[in-house]
Amino acid sequence: MKRISLILLTLLAVSGNLFAQAAEAPVAMADKLREDGKIWVVVAVVAVIFAGIAINMLRIDSKLRKIEKELNIK
Amino acid sequence: MRKIWWKILCIVIIFYVIIMGFMGPVPRLAIINESIRNTYFHVALWLAMTTLLFTSMVFSIRYLNKGRIDDDDIASEIAKSAIFFGILGCLTGSVWANYTWGDPWPNDPKLNGAAVGILIYLAYLLLRSSFEDEQRRARISSVYNIFAFAVFIPIIYILPRLTDSLHPGSGGNSTFGSYDFDNDIRKVFYPAIIGYILLGLWLAELRIRIKQINRVREEALIDAGKL
Repeated sequence: MKRISLILLTLLAVSGNLFAQAAEAPVAMADKLREDGKIWVVVAVVAVIFAGIAINMLRIDSKLRKIEKELNIK
Repeated sequence: MRKIWWKILCIVIIFYVIIMGFMGPVPRLAIINESIRNTYFHVALWLAMTTLLFTSMVFSIRYLNKGRIDDDDIASEIAKSAIFFGILGCLTGSVWANYTWGDPWPNDPKLNGAAVGILIYLAYLLLRSSFEDEQRRARISSVYNIFAFAVFIPIIYILPRLTDSLHPGSGGNSTFGSYDFDNDIRKVFYPAIIGYILLGLWLAELRIRIKQINRVREEALIDAGKL
């Protein structure tokens, strides 16, 4: 299992550099947003929200575990 | 499934998807522009939903084989989190379609198929809630679940490809894989699917455990002669 995942990981790392993209056409993208660096703020906000959801779910998980222990479920 | 490591893995993967999904390089395409990043969030949601529905069907078959009520619990709760993903998929798809196709619900066979598919699964929930007897409910809804999946796949994946659809891979449109799906997208897209699948399983697992706790308490009450 460990070896397989290691092989997969190396394949993933190698495959990234195989196909270089051709010359870019001038298509409007949010380059300005990225230059200013402010997009990180949005990423941070989304990450914080998801962190909150994750912590909440983990807490529900541990509460359920406590009840299960009381009732002797597995 | 009570182990914690896959839940941590789920959180890590979703953080990776959030960060790389916004910041990672994407191909520059006309009309969709930056909204190509929705591939990570909207398309992955549907694929995760399909996987979850397939898992649900497998547990339904297992219930019919072995007759253990636990398998039916697992099947129904996984189906519920899949339906949750499906409804989110419809909503996110509407937002995306509004800005790239110019209409929140264009009369596209894939959209209508998805809506019908979700209705089929809502009928599954309705069917479940209409039985009092546990074994009877489990048996009939398991059979329904198998048929529902067998209808869902053609409706959402095969029929739209036979007619003209705005979605990639249908009618005259090329698939994602042929032009726009470069390796930068793959590196985020595949983890996104796995992350969503794990999240759906986690949601289902929490509900399954609540169900089991309720069952144990009910049995305890029956033993004590209070019911």
